[in-house]
Amino acid sequence: MVNTDATPATEDILTIESLWKVFGPDADDLLENQLRFADKEEILEKTGCVLALRDITLAVRRGEFFVIMGLSGSGKSTLIRCLLRLIEPTSGSIVINGEDICRYDQAKLMGLRRHTISMVFQHFGLFPHYTVLDNVTYGLKIRGASRQERHDRAMEAIALVGLKGWENHLPEALSGGMQQRVGLARALATDPQILLMDEPFSGLDPLIRRQMQDELVELQDKLNKTIIFVTHDLHEAFKLGGRIAIMRNGEVIQIGSPEDVITAPANDYVRDFMQDASPAKVLTAGWIMEEPELLLYEWQGLKTARHLLRATGEDYAFVVGKHHELLGIVTRELLDQGIRDGRQATVRDVAGLVRDLPRCGPDVVIEELFPLATAGPYPIPVLNENDRFLGQIRNRTILDSMIQERVEEEENQS
Amino acid sequence: MMEFPQGLRLPMAEWVNTAMDWILLNWGPFFDIAGKGILQMLLLIERLFLWIPWPVIVLATGIVAWRVLGRWTSGVVMALLLLVIGSFGYWQLAMMTLALVVSAVVISLVIGIPTGILMARSDRLETLIRPLLDAMQTMPSFVYLIPALMLFGLGKVPAVFATIIYAMPPVIRLTNVGIRQVAPSVIEAATAFGSSPRQILFHVQLPLARPTILVGINQTTMMALSMVVVASMIGAKGLGLEVLLSINRIDIGRGFEAGLSIVILAIIIDRITHAFAVRRRTNS
Repeated sequence: MVNTDATPATEDILTIESLWKVFGPDADDLLENQLRFADKEEILEKTGCVLALRDITLAVRRGEFFVIMGLSGSGKSTLIRCLLRLIEPTSGSIVINGEDICRYDQAKLMGLRRHTISMVFQHFGLFPHYTVLDNVTYGLKIRGASRQERHDRAMEAIALVGLKGWENHLPEALSGGMQQRVGLARALATDPQILLMDEPFSGLDPLIRRQMQDELVELQDKLNKTIIFVTHDLHEAFKLGGRIAIMRNGEVIQIGSPEDVITAPANDYVRDFMQDASPAKVLTAGWIMEEPELLLYEWQGLKTARHLLRATGEDYAFVVGKHHELLGIVTRELLDQGIRDGRQATVRDVAGLVRDLPRCGPDVVIEELFPLATAGPYPIPVLNENDRFLGQIRNRTILDSMIQERVEEEENQS
Repeated sequence: MMEFPQGLRLPMAEWVNTAMDWILLNWGPFFDIAGKGILQMLLLIERLFLWIPWPVIVLATGIVAWRVLGRWTSGVVMALLLLVIGSFGYWQLAMMTLALVVSAVVISLVIGIPTGILMARSDRLETLIRPLLDAMQTMPSFVYLIPALMLFGLGKVPAVFATIIYAMPPVIRLTNVGIRQVAPSVIEAATAFGSSPRQILFHVQLPLARPTILVGINQTTMMALSMVVVASMIGAKGLGLEVLLSINRIDIGRGFEAGLSIVILAIIIDRITHAFAVRRRTNS
């Protein structure tokens, strides 16, 4: 492992020292053996054990936004669970605030989970039988806080994540993004020093995901908590992380700031990773799409539409139906013509071009959008599998990202 | 090879007999006390049911059915059904039967729900208890009725005992299943916030398993009702005994009336407890 880290050291809140995790009946035997440095596959074949974490050593500073990045199977979720001992490490030490939590007994471990660290989960892990308020107070109730304190702190946390007014709803009534806000509020309510987040936004729609990331950055600024954030998304890592640890096959292969990782990749794996990560190849339509300034609905009248269009100063707008499905695009000319004709009542009747419009799904990478960008004068609509309109991408945005890539390539060469 | 070799005989019968003798000799007082306890409880419930005037019970049943089933017509139908039992002249016997069922169900739940919880927590315990539950449900009841008679004597107590044996398995099974069905991600979240196993049980597992456990309670009640005829053979008075007597006298009409009364009790209890089980979670 190469540490390309150049920022000045402040106080470490958490240090991990040669942490190992092996799943299997003879895990302890394996760690006595030289075989422990062999390939994962070889270990599995010879011992039947699955090596999940190999000799992890890293330190996280107080108040830092630390991202653990890796593809699936890299051990990142196992690592973050070891920090709460939701998974028991096989050997090594985890020191938090100067104490090795691997030596904690059950009572001390419960104290750590109640007061010092809390966690946000990929699949939310909300209590379906509790209301939003009861979900958020859970951590406080568990540690025996008074009713008044519970209520006050929970309401504060709920306000912080922007869910005021939803206290008495059950989680099932909320959208995915809102459910994860509940998850975040629940974790913040206990006022922990360290916040663990295990791919918290990966189950959300691209636009919601981006919005949640922005809000998290803001929150971090306000609350100054230490955040350890796990993700498989390189761009999320680069956006959020003060420092990034890149994991592969259960090992940490590089720790450093995003700039360090980009400019001085520790080895070929990281370099390949970055290469693959050139924006056009990695960024998806969902990432760069934006909400249009104006969306017209099929039942709106022609004059209303013209008024709205004038107000935004655009020459065109997309038309969607009741279920937000894309029906077509309306231009000023089409509207003027329709009004002059006087026969058509709603924008639905004048909307044209719907079959000829280029379109794409949220998971299409930008590279594939280049030909579409030059095909027509209008933005490209992003639709989900049911033709629901998610957002639009302006041609300019696509071209910008292409130019950006050029510049980066030139920088890398020099 | 047509005949099974004699030498391979497993002397299970002798073992059971010896064990039974030993229990009778050494545990007699224990069963006396347990039997008296059950009897006191049963008599108390029976006296209560017989003490309440019948119009009150009919009215209360109607109101409860209306509230939990959500329609006033259901309440009226349930109340009318109870009146039918009364019109057969079986009110007293029906209340005695009900008392027997209620005591057996209460004891079944007191033992069954904690057993189901323990079973959900240990895979080993589950594999141990499962065949036991199978045996309780399939072993012909007379096989354990006779030992029960030897332990408790003739009368209501062995009847309650036999009913418990037969009726308890569903609530154990469904408590076990209900707790095991709770999503691991929810349990993990509860653990991550520092819950003790006890807190997880009471704040997360039991509330989420509640609908399943209520189905178990419903089934246990139904099973208990279906045992009343057998129970009457060893001296428990009630509708079951009436069925038995009518059949012995080949009085088909009386037998039908008594049998129908049991069915009516079953329908009323089933509808009401089932409605409790499926009722949607409220925002509490």
